[in-house]
Amino acid sequence: MKPAPFRYHRPGSLSEALGLLVRLEDAKLIAGGQSLAPMMNMRLVTPAELIDLNAIAGMDSISERQDCVEIGALARHHQLASSAVIGQHIPLLGEAAATIGHYAIRSRGTLGGSLAHADPAAQLPLVAATLDAEIAIAGPRGERRIAAREFFVSLMSTALSPDEIIVAARFPKSAPRGRHAYLQFSRRQGDFALVAVACTLRDGRLTIGVGGVEDKPLVFDDLGSIDAATVAQTVRERVDPAENPRVPALFRKELVEVLTRRAVQKCLSSS
Amino acid sequence: MLEFELKVNGERYAVRAEPRKLLCDVLREDCRLTGTHVGCEHGVCGACTVLVDGRPTRACLIYAAQMQEREINTIEGVAKEGKLSPLQQALHEAHGLQCGFCTAGIVMTFEAYLKENPRPTEAEVREVLSGNLCRCTGYHNIVSAILDAAAKT
Repeated sequence: MKPAPFRYHRPGSLSEALGLLVRLEDAKLIAGGQSLAPMMNMRLVTPAELIDLNAIAGMDSISERQDCVEIGALARHHQLASSAVIGQHIPLLGEAAATIGHYAIRSRGTLGGSLAHADPAAQLPLVAATLDAEIAIAGPRGERRIAAREFFVSLMSTALSPDEIIVAARFPKSAPRGRHAYLQFSRRQGDFALVAVACTLRDGRLTIGVGGVEDKPLVFDDLGSIDAATVAQTVRERVDPAENPRVPALFRKELVEVLTRRAVQKCLSSS
Repeated sequence: MLEFELKVNGERYAVRAEPRKLLCDVLREDCRLTGTHVGCEHGVCGACTVLVDGRPTRACLIYAAQMQEREINTIEGVAKEGKLSPLQQALHEAHGLQCGFCTAGIVMTFEAYLKENPRPTEAEVREVLSGNLCRCTGYHNIVSAILDAAAKT
């Protein structure tokens, strides 16, 4: 199908974009558009005004800082998957980004778009929550920062106000001897995960993130044990997937346990 | 209505279109470049894949108005002076197409991918090819053709 009519705006700066967002009624931001454009084509979303962020220069940079890597909101998934800085310092993010959708989708989709869209099965919200990333948001009252773990509120719902724009996310660097794993199960290559598990092991402590199961990414970092079978059993008991006629809750629980066990084993065995 | 210029395969086209008009529709209807096919219109099938500044992109998920000052490449620009590209030639020789509906999208995807990764493994080719649905071939001959093209260039 074709999208409903809208007025198109192409601001050249962040302040211009913020001004439009305040001034215009029923406006939507578009970055990569890899989730928004299909929804508009199917007329699930019919904004009156579309504000295109792609002409804002410099918002796609990946910069190494002392303790973190700062990534502009317009960085494309393919950039995340192929960046040497990310490969070295936040390898979990690069590996997860390489599994998003398909090659052409990764060329266009953006970090900020994925975080703002907040699909509970998407890779980048899960990794941001698991790694305790911080999201930088610009609004009419200036810039604020919020922990990714507080940013995701519910299904496609975030702490972002209608007059705000995500400008960057800061991911802490992995520990020198840290380990990580990202595993997902989807029915076809490129589909959203039925269950995704992100796992880090640093200083003998496990953090497990689980996506696709509840209305937002779940993070468990008080597991006490690093025994794969024990941890997998605990995480299985603590998730509460919704019953769905096509994906029974029991199936999702099974997947959570199996993927968690494999992810922990991968962390413990990799060097 | 917006009036703007598109640069497609090195040529400039003056376009007058509503902002909501998808790039794939502007290419086909306004630029008269009907080699780009439109399948699912929600980014799943890959038939409409074109290159934007060298990167493969779903032409059904972007608006033509967004493409001002961008370089677009479509299937019409792949063969040079009537000579098929090595990838097109390999698809021809390995019987990598039947009805041809998906082929333009596959060629554009792999023209870009083989530049980025000139010596892919079969698994890598299959991962990238998963973004392009083909209902005729069962994919085997497409995969062989892509690997042949990579080996010959």
